[in-house]
Amino acid sequence: MTSPSPTSSSSSRLGALLMAPVNALMRLIDVPLRGLQKSTGIGGMAAFFLAPNMLIFGIFVLLPLVINFVYSMTGGTAFFLAERNFVGGEQYARLFTCQNYLDPMSCQEDAFWTAVGNTFWFVILQVALMILTALITALILNRDLAARSFWRAVFFFPVLLSPVVVGLIWKWILQRQGLLNFILFQFGDTEPYTWLTDRTWTFAATIGVSIWAHMGFYALILLAGLQAIPKDLYEAAEMDGTKPARVFWRITLPLLAPNLLVVVVLALIRAVQIFDEVYVLTGGGPGTSTLYLTQYIYETGFASALRNPGLAAAASILMGSVLVVLTLIQLGIGRKNENKGKR
Amino acid sequence: MGEIKLTDVKKSYGAVDVLKDINLHINDGEFVVFVGPSGCGKSTLLRTIAGLEKVTGGEIEIDGKRVNEVTAADRGLAMVFQSYALYPHMSVRQNLAFGLENSNMPKPEIAERIQEAARMLEIEPYLERRPGQLSGGQRQRVAIGRAIVRRPTAFLLDEPLSNLDAELRVSTRAELAALHARIGSTMIYVTHDQVEAMTLAHRIVVMRAGRIEQVGTPLELYNTPANRFVAGFIGAPHMNFLSGEVQEVETGSVTLVIGGGHRLTVPLADHKLRGHKLKAGEKLTVGIRPQHITLENNPGSLPVKVRLVEALGSETVIHADLNGEKLLAVVQGQKQIVPGDEVHFSLAGAPLHLFDQNGLRVKGA
Amino acid sequence: MGAAARFILRRKGGKGWHWTDIVTWVWLTGGLIIMFGPAVWLGFSSFKTPAALAEFPPSILPYVTSQATVEGYDKPLQLFNAKMPDGSTRVLAEVRRIGIMSQMVDPKAPGEIVRININDRQPVRTLSFATSNYTEPFVHFDFLRYLWNSVFVTVTATLITLVVNSMAAFALSKYEFRGRSAAMLIILATLMVPLSVIMVPLYSIISSLGLFNSLWGVILPTVATPTGVFILRQYMLTIPDELIDAARMDKASEWQIYWRIVLPLTAPALAVLAIFSVVWRWNDFLWPLIVLSRRELYTLQVGLSIYSGELNVQWHFILAMTVVTMIPVVLVFIFLQRFITTGIAGTGLK
Repeated sequence: MTSPSPTSSSSSRLGALLMAPVNALMRLIDVPLRGLQKSTGIGGMAAFFLAPNMLIFGIFVLLPLVINFVYSMTGGTAFFLAERNFVGGEQYARLFTCQNYLDPMSCQEDAFWTAVGNTFWFVILQVALMILTALITALILNRDLAARSFWRAVFFFPVLLSPVVVGLIWKWILQRQGLLNFILFQFGDTEPYTWLTDRTWTFAATIGVSIWAHMGFYALILLAGLQAIPKDLYEAAEMDGTKPARVFWRITLPLLAPNLLVVVVLALIRAVQIFDEVYVLTGGGPGTSTLYLTQYIYETGFASALRNPGLAAAASILMGSVLVVLTLIQLGIGRKNENKGKR
Repeated sequence: MGEIKLTDVKKSYGAVDVLKDINLHINDGEFVVFVGPSGCGKSTLLRTIAGLEKVTGGEIEIDGKRVNEVTAADRGLAMVFQSYALYPHMSVRQNLAFGLENSNMPKPEIAERIQEAARMLEIEPYLERRPGQLSGGQRQRVAIGRAIVRRPTAFLLDEPLSNLDAELRVSTRAELAALHARIGSTMIYVTHDQVEAMTLAHRIVVMRAGRIEQVGTPLELYNTPANRFVAGFIGAPHMNFLSGEVQEVETGSVTLVIGGGHRLTVPLADHKLRGHKLKAGEKLTVGIRPQHITLENNPGSLPVKVRLVEALGSETVIHADLNGEKLLAVVQGQKQIVPGDEVHFSLAGAPLHLFDQNGLRVKGA
Repeated sequence: MGAAARFILRRKGGKGWHWTDIVTWVWLTGGLIIMFGPAVWLGFSSFKTPAALAEFPPSILPYVTSQATVEGYDKPLQLFNAKMPDGSTRVLAEVRRIGIMSQMVDPKAPGEIVRININDRQPVRTLSFATSNYTEPFVHFDFLRYLWNSVFVTVTATLITLVVNSMAAFALSKYEFRGRSAAMLIILATLMVPLSVIMVPLYSIISSLGLFNSLWGVILPTVATPTGVFILRQYMLTIPDELIDAARMDKASEWQIYWRIVLPLTAPALAVLAIFSVVWRWNDFLWPLIVLSRRELYTLQVGLSIYSGELNVQWHFILAMTVVTMIPVVLVFIFLQRFITTGIAGTGLK
């Protein structure tokens, strides 16, 4: 039997006491539900169980998804659809109005294109560096380490921290009189860096901080992938006298490839949406040097004085289509892996 | 109390017909076994009786009442599942009580029934344990106990012994028979094991591909199988089948030519051959149970070539070859035979079964 | 220490140092410092007084400079370790500073004034935890309010998530009905619909429902998580259908089957989802930032970010409140880390 093992019954007395009112409530609920079952049958009960989730899901996920398109084709600052006027493709046209398509600053919505550019470079660099570090971490954690779960926990720790906390921790460390400058000072660097006011350093900081916060998650998935590679393959390679480097390139990497692909796509999807920690760390600045797409949408839709929900919706749909493509790739990979698993 | 009647019961999943016009009458107190190869629909039939599956056509009656629309809970039946389906998070006692609590039975009566069932099944020491802490045999008893406490009009058992090891299966089988004798309720038992069917059943229902092939007592099925399928399914090792051709029809017997030109005379009990008018030249199949073959060289015995000998001590199984057709004989005692030997199989006095080209039994044979 | 050293220095094969051993050692030690260091630094900093925070170079532990009330002076004076011209060191209190010279007195004998070069004196510092960093924000600011809002949002959203998701997962794993695969497909397809794509229309829906500036407006959009349905359904698929059949034969209603059979058996998956949900909801930032515009409704995350974005950042309070915000997650991490890591490894979800 694959059913989960039962919990010990000695500790269940207190639990039973705590559960008593809940159980009474459930028995109370059962009475009308038996009536419902009688009238609708078992199929009707399936609908009953599914209904709350699908209702909430429909109102707060599906409906917004649909009316987002309507929004993107209306203008004005009002939020109620009825008060908005239809403008057709004007918002999209506005996003794409540029004098010179090679220079984002010549566009009507230069902030949008700046955000696109920033996000693009952020995604490329962050994902590449993060996957590399995650892979190295996973490979090291997969070695014959004492207390592996401790080391795994070390790298995983920041993953659970809230983005706001992450942003604040690093804002504190990276400030002019912060820990990092102190450490550099100890090594003899006299002039303190202005990490969060220099355009390049700030951009680098957002990449570094987001890698710090999320790398452990990807390392964990890669580690699971590494541990799923059968040990006897390595033993066979050892028997054949294969060199370690060759083992890595010819056994580890090919067998890890499906996991690696999933991790890359997942990281891409997340990186495109980067917002929280950057917003707290830099607020998009200095200037627009760390203004990323989600912040652009948020500010265009809600925060700025000249808010334009229609424009924000149009931008979000453009971003959404990128995510859809990435998600489809991911599902495609997942399907392929599943088929492979079946052989 | 416990009479079940099925009339033209049909069940299909989309275009696939799983049950085709099942007609069956089960009497109160009867022990009926559904047997057949896997996928024959026997479990589905049991589940339709239980009410866990809805029929697509026909009628199910329990004690004269149509129950097609009655839910599983309200049919008054209890079921023992192949995996036992004990609730892993409840103690044995809670497992037994669950169904009774659901029908709002007073607590003292629940306790009394559990006590009684536990005593009957000798599971009293385990009442406070969880199913995960029990052995396979103990779980099996609990599963039966859960059915017993309900005092159902009929017990439905879906391959209840298939998860036990061979030894335990034999002893539990005997206990089940004793249990039935004691409780006296109707039991419907599904198995793919013909030995279980033979040892337990009052009546066996042999099924294949969604149809009932034959219903009868174990010996009826053994002695007069209605068709080639039943003949091959009941009895171990399987019945031998030789193809033959009618040469001569006489009063009281028919003479066939089988492989290699050997003549075989089969006595016919019914002189008039009501079901069949055999004609010379007609192709038939002769069935001989391996146990009925003897190693004697007398007129009419068949010279065969031995392919394999399995000496089991008390008996010897001989795999032989008669002109390309396989023949199996189970003979008493130990024989000095090795593969490659030529021996004679005697069918003298053996009950012979005749099947026509559609596989149906030739009436009278 | 010996065991720890042996454990840290353990090498492959035990024959000399292979270069991979060095990389491993460097990587793990570096990881330990980089991953834990910032949080530890935050923890120490949060106990420093504003003056200590402004110091550069900073000290690791929270020190305060000692002061003493000296007879004849109204204000407490700062204490220094002063190097006397004769080479000895004395503890003196500074009266005033003129240029590079400091006028100091001995607290025990306040009559005599000693002039010391400022380079020859070091402030006397004692270890002191500025706990007022923690207590004051609860009194002067609305942090208690924010804390309560965060707890309310987290607990309520998690409970609703567990109930609603498990019901849906039950329907999707144990019933055959028309539209089941369609429902599954929709859920899977929206597994990746991020908030950033739908925030504008979602905001309009929230306001038309009158949930703007309401904690329910934060809670409701988050509870029907496709991820939760997905995890629970996968787990429920492993519960044998025969158990459900057995319960039906036992006269259990469908609701009872859900409540008394399926839910207890799904406990491990529910636990994983509960942990995830608590972390997600506790950490949520963008959506509460959009929905909540009244101060008394802020969650901790929103409150923190708003205060830290103000012109005069009161870092001593911010750091302390960041630690408070971090505590539940750190507790979850310490006690339930194994659950989470296996949950992630098994499902690939975050």
